[in-house]
Amino acid sequence: MVDKRTEAKAFPLPSSLKIVPGTERAQAAYPYYTQFTATDDQRFWFYNSMHFPEPMTAFDMVTAEAAYCALGASSTRVHCIPTTLGIDHRIINGRVYIGGNAVTDPAEIERRTNEFMQRAFYYYENWEGLYAQWREKMMTLISDSRAMPPLALPEFEPLEQVHAGRGVASNHFLLDAYQKTLEGYFRMWHHHFEFLLLGYGAYMTFFAFCKKAFPEISDQTVARMVAGLEAEIFRPDEELRKLARRAVDLGVDGQFKENMSVEALLDSLKSAGEPGKQWLKDLESARDPWFNINVGDGFYHHHRSWNDDLSMPFSALPGYIQKVKAGETLERPVEQLQAERWQLINDYRDLLSSDDERAAYDQMIALAHRVFPYVEGHKFYCEHWYTNLFFNRIREFGALLAKHEFFADAEDVFHLTHFEVESAIIDLMNSWSTGSPPRGPAHWPAIVAERKAAIKEWAKHETPPALGPVPDVIDDPAIVMLWGITRESLETWLNAAEGGNSKEIKGFAASNGIAEGPARVVKSVQEISRLQQGDILVCQVTNPTWAPIFQKIGGAVSDIGGSMSHAAIVAREYGLPAVVGTGNATLRIKDGQRIRVDGGRGVVTILE
Amino acid sequence: MVSTEYIRWFSDIGLADRPQVGGKGGSLGELQRANIAVPPGFVVSTQAFSYCLDELERQSPIRTQVEALDADDLEAITACSQALRARVEEVALPPQLLEELLSAHAALATAGVTPAVAVRSSATTEDAADASFAGLQDTYLWVRGADETVRMVRNCWASLYSVESMSYRRRRGIPESQVAMAVVVQTMVDARCAGVMFTRSPTSGDRSVITIEGAWGLGSAVVGGEVTPDRWVIGKITGEISVRDISDKAIRHVPLEAGGIVEEPVAEDLRRTQCMSDQDLQALRAIARRVEKHYGHAQDIEWAVDRYSGDILLLQSRPETVWSVKDQVPVARPVENPLAHVMSIFGGRK
Repeated sequence: MVDKRTEAKAFPLPSSLKIVPGTERAQAAYPYYTQFTATDDQRFWFYNSMHFPEPMTAFDMVTAEAAYCALGASSTRVHCIPTTLGIDHRIINGRVYIGGNAVTDPAEIERRTNEFMQRAFYYYENWEGLYAQWREKMMTLISDSRAMPPLALPEFEPLEQVHAGRGVASNHFLLDAYQKTLEGYFRMWHHHFEFLLLGYGAYMTFFAFCKKAFPEISDQTVARMVAGLEAEIFRPDEELRKLARRAVDLGVDGQFKENMSVEALLDSLKSAGEPGKQWLKDLESARDPWFNINVGDGFYHHHRSWNDDLSMPFSALPGYIQKVKAGETLERPVEQLQAERWQLINDYRDLLSSDDERAAYDQMIALAHRVFPYVEGHKFYCEHWYTNLFFNRIREFGALLAKHEFFADAEDVFHLTHFEVESAIIDLMNSWSTGSPPRGPAHWPAIVAERKAAIKEWAKHETPPALGPVPDVIDDPAIVMLWGITRESLETWLNAAEGGNSKEIKGFAASNGIAEGPARVVKSVQEISRLQQGDILVCQVTNPTWAPIFQKIGGAVSDIGGSMSHAAIVAREYGLPAVVGTGNATLRIKDGQRIRVDGGRGVVTILE
Repeated sequence: MVSTEYIRWFSDIGLADRPQVGGKGGSLGELQRANIAVPPGFVVSTQAFSYCLDELERQSPIRTQVEALDADDLEAITACSQALRARVEEVALPPQLLEELLSAHAALATAGVTPAVAVRSSATTEDAADASFAGLQDTYLWVRGADETVRMVRNCWASLYSVESMSYRRRRGIPESQVAMAVVVQTMVDARCAGVMFTRSPTSGDRSVITIEGAWGLGSAVVGGEVTPDRWVIGKITGEISVRDISDKAIRHVPLEAGGIVEEPVAEDLRRTQCMSDQDLQALRAIARRVEKHYGHAQDIEWAVDRYSGDILLLQSRPETVWSVKDQVPVARPVENPLAHVMSIFGGRK
């Protein structure tokens, strides 16, 4: 099945990708098993810009490693997906490339199918119970992490520990805490994938049925039929809206002004008497746990949570307060949305051609509804809450090492791999025990500086969307489901490499409507403060936690993402035109250019 | 406005009356019955036609003459057509029919003004070939005055003996005794824009979308393919407009003051302007859903927007035939264990 259109076209081979000169040592920091080798030229790889849109630091590599360890375990050995094993990953110039590992031998597929049905079907049948158990496991993991004692290296071991005969000295607890921290993070990813592939698979089953029965149905319509309305991921933004209403009810709304610093706002509320105190109390109860949401997808240490940096949620408050005062209802009309969803489901059901089709439709949507609370809910616990705890815990080690002058700043710890952090900790443990100075201060600062420079350098270089031979078909359900990559999207990438119509960019129609405005090309989350009223957000991956800024912008465009992504759902809720999964909008659109987003057709047009 | 044997008002007829009022007449009556706005009108029934034809038969045979024709002998058909059309066009209407037709025509007047009418053939046969047969007979647009209307009714009857219509019947071996002609007389809408719509996709067969095509002026320019219409695809349920192709509409059909229609160029600034507002498109969508629900079947609909009132009126609705005859293999069937459906995703290519 060779596609004639692309026979002549191909992606570059991994071996042809050059390490950016001067960054060789920074590249070598990534573990040997993530470096491309000659045999990798025979496989197809694609740049996972959905999860890793920016070059990743040496430490953040752990998010790829832990995630693929768990994803592969689920597909290869736990649920035994018949047609695929796990996902391999490689890192070059700080970019993460991944490749599927398809099973093609029919006999092997059959053998795996038997295993799959005993495992996956059990999960589907016992979904609610297993999911309740899952939440408990996650909450245990979260409270264990929160309960970890602060890191300490006292000059002398506390007397009571000596008298109690603990027999294990404080330096050992550093290693213990670090290993537990790392262990918890790897464990969290296993929880993350416990249901994920099965959940997406059940959704995709219904999705594929709809596409066959209604060839022209939009992806977003199918998503609307399945999406839950009370998923945890909506809560942070909802809490923010409630706080806006509270500010008006308490009469402290006058304190909230545009572009006010967090400190200034908190101070002015503290001095605003009883109502101010009451609002701050409400804020505190909203923060735990709902502000444990980070401004990215949780894959980078610098995706700080709302709790760590209140400026993100606070920047949305003046706008929400204005809406409350204008008499708008900020609360989502959940019951009405629920009724609309069922109307939609029933209306489409009526259009089916036979009772047979309707019965199959009912079976499939029932399963999709059963699995979807997990698909939507897990992110809050995994990518946000637990990930924040994890990175903040690593920051504590960073602070300890910085205190001992291993490097200048606690954040520098993220330029060490997780193996190197452990070695630095052992160095410090040794030093504490021997009484000699640690070796780290002479070793790490130069390395950290070199790696910081490399990250900056890598960010300046574009990287190909894919590498290696073009596959005839993409048969791997995990890759299709999680990354939305199909033979057609590869075609688009190949064509984009050749130029094509430079004014028009195609993607998935994520949210209906047309908007025109200046493009704000945002390559990392730190830049989102540049967005002005009416701007069109152009980013690599849209993120639901950016919801508060959706009240400002006129439309949204992303490189990666499907119509079931939360960004698409949030855009629809805000009635914002959005096109997702364009592949390369952030490269083709220049900051400030006037663009038009047609969210109904999935087309972005550059107007100048 | 009481219906009689010869004159049937739309409000008194439905699909079941097709033997007497033809497919077009039956469908207009059915639409009105479903509370869908159609321009007011009546049908001159097949009984009126049969009465006059029997009169002519008494003078010299018609039906046997047609049945004796060889479908491939174009020369003989042409000669026969000329003779028969002339005879039918001259036929004298019985006084009662003439009187009823004239007073029905007068009853179309509003505020003392008799409107221009469309006089449309609504032929019928007993077999299922109605759909393609219906298009072979004549339609006269923007007909003014009672006398002219009467003349056009006879012209419609006569068009049953056109070369195309007779050739078709001979090829299909349709007995002449089963052929009958009703004529629709209907107030004509001076359309600001008009067109057609399908309640499923003509290209993919998708039942969840409505395809609308429209252009400036009377619908005859769209139906006759004389203008490339604007085209929209709208989600039947969601109302999302997923396709919006605005074309260069160079010409439009408009009525002539003296009667009849004429083609004229469209003003430069309107040529590439969308001819329907989104609000009108949504109104059409709502109408399409009601019509389809009423019939229980996908429909192929002609519509027009009144230039003066802005009202949307339907001129025709007939069952969609292309996709409906295609095999309807279910996309999926229910299975004993619903979980087995997921194997379509996880089980690899079959």
